[in-house]
Amino acid sequence: MKYLRALIPLLIFLGLVWFLGAGLFLNPKEVPSPLINKPAPHFALTRLDDAQTTIRREDMLGKVWILNVWASWCVACRYEHPHLVEFAKKKLVPIYGLNYKDTRPAGQKWLANFGDPYAASLFDEDGRVGIDWGVYGVPETFVIDRQGVIRFKQIGPVTPEVLRDQIEPLVRQLNG
Amino acid sequence: MRCVLGLFLALLGLAAQAGEAAPAAADPALEARVQRISIELRCLVCQNQTIADSNADLAVDLRRQVREMLQQGKSEPEILEFMTARYGDFVLYRPPVKSSTYLLWYGPLTMAVLGMVILLLVLRRRNRMPSEHFDPDIPEPDADTDPHKP
Repeated sequence: MKYLRALIPLLIFLGLVWFLGAGLFLNPKEVPSPLINKPAPHFALTRLDDAQTTIRREDMLGKVWILNVWASWCVACRYEHPHLVEFAKKKLVPIYGLNYKDTRPAGQKWLANFGDPYAASLFDEDGRVGIDWGVYGVPETFVIDRQGVIRFKQIGPVTPEVLRDQIEPLVRQLNG
Repeated sequence: MRCVLGLFLALLGLAAQAGEAAPAAADPALEARVQRISIELRCLVCQNQTIADSNADLAVDLRRQVREMLQQGKSEPEILEFMTARYGDFVLYRPPVKSSTYLLWYGPLTMAVLGMVILLLVLRRRNRMPSEHFDPDIPEPDADTDPHKP
């Protein structure tokens, strides 16, 4: 009995280690989005390559689609871009770009250099649509279902693993 | 002194940004309200700063958003609600009290009270123990035989 009581401080210590250790492995950059399973925010933006054509939220209803937030000034976007280009070749789902706080010439040049996986890129010059979508760390990637509800969000670059293990199965399920 | 320097730098920051926000800077009352709301909101890019402290792009944009909403006559709770709807509770520097944050809000107080109670119980038990449970006090050196005494 006495020995058991001597164990109490050790148990408390182990409990603390567990809590602090768990905290150590959380990623503070990954803030859970309140938008998951909520209707996608409204937007009406012109195309990056055509200032006369506007794309709205309503235009996207009825199909599953991916919104990928990118910018020519974004270094991490360059890292994820080849994976998106690869993924787009599968033609599973249309990927739309949200060209965030960029300029038209810089954005278009970037796509010309690195390839264009997007059905279209929406031009969000002042980042207001970005705010509505809760964007804070470009690149970000959303999956939106037929009803216009956000089903998935990736903060930071998508990796081939995320595309293969999370996005692709989800898209297939939503389309299925 | 550091405080004064900080204030000076903060004002410098405001001045540097005044070019962009010319119409709003003309209204110090509005700017003060923007400031008051801004210190409640976390900059998600540089997470240990408020959007008032930070000059990250996103913080500048969010301050602009706050300013515009105030100009549209929105109230402070409405603006905080707007931000929470987009960025989650994490954007608030003062997290709301709700079931998922009870541990955060009441945990420290509970721990302190628990510690006090345990301390009190231990002390009371020791108080009731006969003296043979304790080591005898080290006897005071006798004043007369103390070699250190002149």
